[in-house]
Amino acid sequence: MQTTLTINGEDHRLDADSRTSLLDALRNHLGLTGTKKGCDHGQCGSCTVIVNGRRINSCLTLACMHDGDEITTIEGIGTPGHLSPLQAAFVRHDGFQCGYCTPGQICSATAMLEEVRAGWPSNITDDLTAGVSLTDAEISERMSGNLCRCAAYPNIVDAIRDVADAAMQEAAE
Amino acid sequence: MTAHMKMDEPDRRNRLDAMVQGIVGTPMDRPDGPKKVTGTATYAHDGQPAGVLYGVLVRATTARGTLDDLGATEVKALPGVRGVFHGKRFLRNPAQGTAGKAPVQGSADIYYFGQPVALVVAETFEQARHGAQTILLKISAGDAETDPDRVKPETPAKKQSEVGDLDAAMASAAFAVDRTYSTPGHNSAAMEPHAAIAQWTDGAVTVHASCQMLRFNVKELADSLGVAESKVHLLSPFIGGGFGSKLGISPETVAAALAARELGAPVAVALSRPQVFEATMRRSETEQRIRLAAGQDGRLTGIGHEVLVSNLPDEEFSEPVTQATPFLYRGENRVIGHNIARVNRTCAGSVRAPGEAVGVTMLEVAMDELATAAGIDPVELRRRNIPETVPTKDTPFSSHMLEAALDDGAKAFGWADRPKPHTATDGEWLLGCGMSSAARVNMIMQSAARVTLNPDGSAVIETDMTDIGTGSYAILTQIAAEMLGLSPDRVEARLGDSSFPKASGSGGSVGAASSGSSVFLACEAIRETLATTLGVSEADLTLKDGHAIAGNTRKALPEILAGEPITAEGEIEPGKTAKAVKQATYGAFFAEVGVNRVTGEVRVRRMHGSFAAGRILNKKTARSQCLGGMTFGIGMALTEELVHDLRDGHIVNHNLAEYHIPVNADVPQLTVNLLEERDPWASPIQAKGIGELGICGAGAAILNAIFDASGVRVRDLPATLDRILPGLPDV
Repeated sequence: MQTTLTINGEDHRLDADSRTSLLDALRNHLGLTGTKKGCDHGQCGSCTVIVNGRRINSCLTLACMHDGDEITTIEGIGTPGHLSPLQAAFVRHDGFQCGYCTPGQICSATAMLEEVRAGWPSNITDDLTAGVSLTDAEISERMSGNLCRCAAYPNIVDAIRDVADAAMQEAAE
Repeated sequence: MTAHMKMDEPDRRNRLDAMVQGIVGTPMDRPDGPKKVTGTATYAHDGQPAGVLYGVLVRATTARGTLDDLGATEVKALPGVRGVFHGKRFLRNPAQGTAGKAPVQGSADIYYFGQPVALVVAETFEQARHGAQTILLKISAGDAETDPDRVKPETPAKKQSEVGDLDAAMASAAFAVDRTYSTPGHNSAAMEPHAAIAQWTDGAVTVHASCQMLRFNVKELADSLGVAESKVHLLSPFIGGGFGSKLGISPETVAAALAARELGAPVAVALSRPQVFEATMRRSETEQRIRLAAGQDGRLTGIGHEVLVSNLPDEEFSEPVTQATPFLYRGENRVIGHNIARVNRTCAGSVRAPGEAVGVTMLEVAMDELATAAGIDPVELRRRNIPETVPTKDTPFSSHMLEAALDDGAKAFGWADRPKPHTATDGEWLLGCGMSSAARVNMIMQSAARVTLNPDGSAVIETDMTDIGTGSYAILTQIAAEMLGLSPDRVEARLGDSSFPKASGSGGSVGAASSGSSVFLACEAIRETLATTLGVSEADLTLKDGHAIAGNTRKALPEILAGEPITAEGEIEPGKTAKAVKQATYGAFFAEVGVNRVTGEVRVRRMHGSFAAGRILNKKTARSQCLGGMTFGIGMALTEELVHDLRDGHIVNHNLAEYHIPVNADVPQLTVNLLEERDPWASPIQAKGIGELGICGAGAAILNAIFDASGVRVRDLPATLDRILPGLPDV
C-alpha cells in the first residue's frame, strides 16, 4: 500500500503491507530505529511520536492511516551534537538509565509542554478555567503514559521542570 | 602487558584517593547520554541489516505435554513465509545467570504454558506474525502440576541449617513474632523486550542481542547451537534494561541463530511483551515463616526463616530468600529452611536482587511487628541488634555501615518528629511512617579490560562489560581518566563486544567493582610504564590534565609517548577476602504513606534512602540506581503480582496494563543519601555493588508505614485495596 509520510520535515514514500503499524513502518521500513517498541499494545509509551502536533503511541495506529501527516520522531528533535533543551536536561539530570524508554519520554514531554502552553488541563488540574501551573504532580500525571522500569521518574520530573521554568522565564522577559 | 590481581588481601592503599584529576566520585553526566536521548544508541533490534527476515515465536498453550505436530503446512504456504523452525536445539527456557552452558533444550517436550516451541520466519514482520497466529500446533496434553501449595516440595540438605535451640528461645522470649508471609511472583519487565538479530558468515555467527553477561552468553549460545565458542560473536553495546532477565541466553537468540543458518540470511527475532512475561525469568512466589525471639531489651535471641519457593524441574536456581538472614541481626539460636516446589510454570530465575529483595523485605516487616510488640522504636530495635561478627561465627565484617545508615536516614527523614501511630490524617487520608533496613551480600567476579593510551594522549577502554543502564560507560571512563590524568572526554569506553577482554558482565551488583578494578589495574600498569620512562617510581608520578609531573619536570603525554601507544590489560579475580570476612552493603529506608480511609488506596508521599556501598564512583549514576531500586520496592509493596491461572499455570496478567509497575505519578520525589565508605576487602578501588541494594527491604518501609497509618498489617503482598479495606476503621 502506498503512503506518503512527512517525517521530520522530509517526505517518505512507503510501500508496505496495510497491517504495518506506524511504529513498524518507522523501524523496519524507513530505518528510523530511534522510536522503540516496548509492548506493541499502547501500554508503555516507548513508541511515542508526535503526529500533527499531538503525541501518540505509534504502535496503536497503522502507517497507512497517516498519508500526508506531519510526523516528528526522536531523530527530528535533536542530534548528539545539537541536543534540544529537553534532551540536554535529560542528560544533565540523568533522566534515564538504560535509555530505552527515553526517545518516547522526550517526544512525550516535548508535546506535553505544548499542551500546557495551550492551557490543557490534566486529570488532576483543580481549576479547569485558570491557567495550568506545572507542579511536580502535574508533570508526573502528564508523563504517566511513559513507563520507565529503571525508574528515573524523579529525574525526568526535574529535567522537564528545568526546561519549563526556563521557557516561562523567557516568556516573562 | 598484563596486570593481574587476586583479591587475597585487603587493598588499603586507596590509590584512587591519591590521584589528582578529581573525576572519580563526581556526578559526571553519562558519556552515552547524548546517544540515548537522541535515539542513536543501537539496541539489539536496531541495527537491521539489508535483507533481514523477521521471526515470530509460537508458544505452547498447555502446562505439560508433547508437541506431536507443528501443523505448519498451510503456514509455510502463506505469502512471504520463508520457514517454520523448531527442534531439539530450541531452548525450553533461558539459561540461568553464569550457567555458561545451554539450558534444557527441545521444543517437543512442553513444560509450561508459554514455552516457545516454534519460530515462523517471513519477509516482513506482519507476515511472520500472521503465520505465528495461524499455526495449529498439535499437542498431546500431559499431567501438570501448577500449584506450589499442592506439591510435596524438595528440601535439599545443603540448604537447611540449625544452630542452638530456636524452639526453646521462642518459648522463653519476652517478645516473640511467629508469622507466615507471602510474596507473589514478579517479572523484571525491562522496557526493551528480549531481541536478537543473527547473521552467519563462513560458519561463524554474529549476533546483536540483549545480554547482560557476554562471557557466559557466548558459551551458552555456542553450546545451544552446537558450534565452537570461537564461532560466536556477540554484540550488546546497549541493553534496554535487564534486572536479571537477560543474565543468560534466551530462546529468541538461539531461534534467530538457528533460522539464520538454515535460511542463509540475517534473521531478527524480538519477543512480544506477553512472551517476555511467559518465556523469560520470573521471580518465584515465596512463602516465608519468620520467627523472632527477643529479650525485654529487644535484643534477639533467635531467628527462624523457613521458605517455600518454586521452579521448573531440572532447574538449579531457587530464589535464595534467606541470603541476608544469617548475618543481618544477632541471635544465638537460628533456623534456616529452604523448600522447593517443582511446578509447571514459567522458569524462575534472577530478578533484581534475588533473595534479599523479598527476603529482607519480609524480615523487615517481622522486625516492625517485634518493635510494636516490644514497644521499642523501630530504628532503635535495629541498632540494638547489629551483630559484632557474623552471629554464631567469628567471621568479622569487612565494614559495617548499618548503624550509620539508620542514623543518617532517620535524620534526613525527620523520623524523630513523626506523629504518633494511627493519629495523623489529611482529609480522608490516614498518614503514617515506616522504616526498614537494607542489606545485600557483596562480591566481585573475574573481570578483564584492555586500556590503550594513544600517542595523542587519549585513551580507549575495551572490555565485554555491559551497561544495562547502570552507568558502566560513565564509571569506567572516570576511573581511566582519574588514573591517567585525562579529561573524561579524552577517554572512550568500548563495551559489549565479546571479542574484547572478558569482564564480569552485569549481574548480582558485581559489575562496577569488578570491571572497575580491571580498568584500574590496566591503568596502574600504564602508569608504571610511564614512570619507568621518566625514571621515577609510579608512586611519585602525578598525571593531570594530559601531563605527567615527576620531580621538577612536567611533560605533555604525547611528548613522553613519542608516537608509541601503551597498552595494558588488567584482570581482577576474587580471592581469600571473599571468605575471610563477611562483605555486604547496607542502608536504611524511610517512607511516609497515605492510606485512604474510604477506598483503602495507598499513596507513597515521601521516601528516603541512605546507603553505603564502599567508594561511590559516580554520585549521579549511583543515586539513579538507588532511585530505581526504591521504586521496585514501591511496586513490590503495592502493585506487582504475577497472577497464575491454576488450571494451566498460565500468567493471566502478562502485559504492562495488568502487571502494574510503578508509573511516574506513583513515585514522589525520592531522596537518597550516599554515605562515605572505603571497603579495602571488597576491591582495589574500595567500591562495592549498588545496583540492587535499593530494593533490598524497600517495600517493608512502605508496608510498615501502612500499619503506622491505619493499623492494618499486610503480610501477603502486594498491599492492594482488598487486603487493606477489611482492616480499616469504620468511616
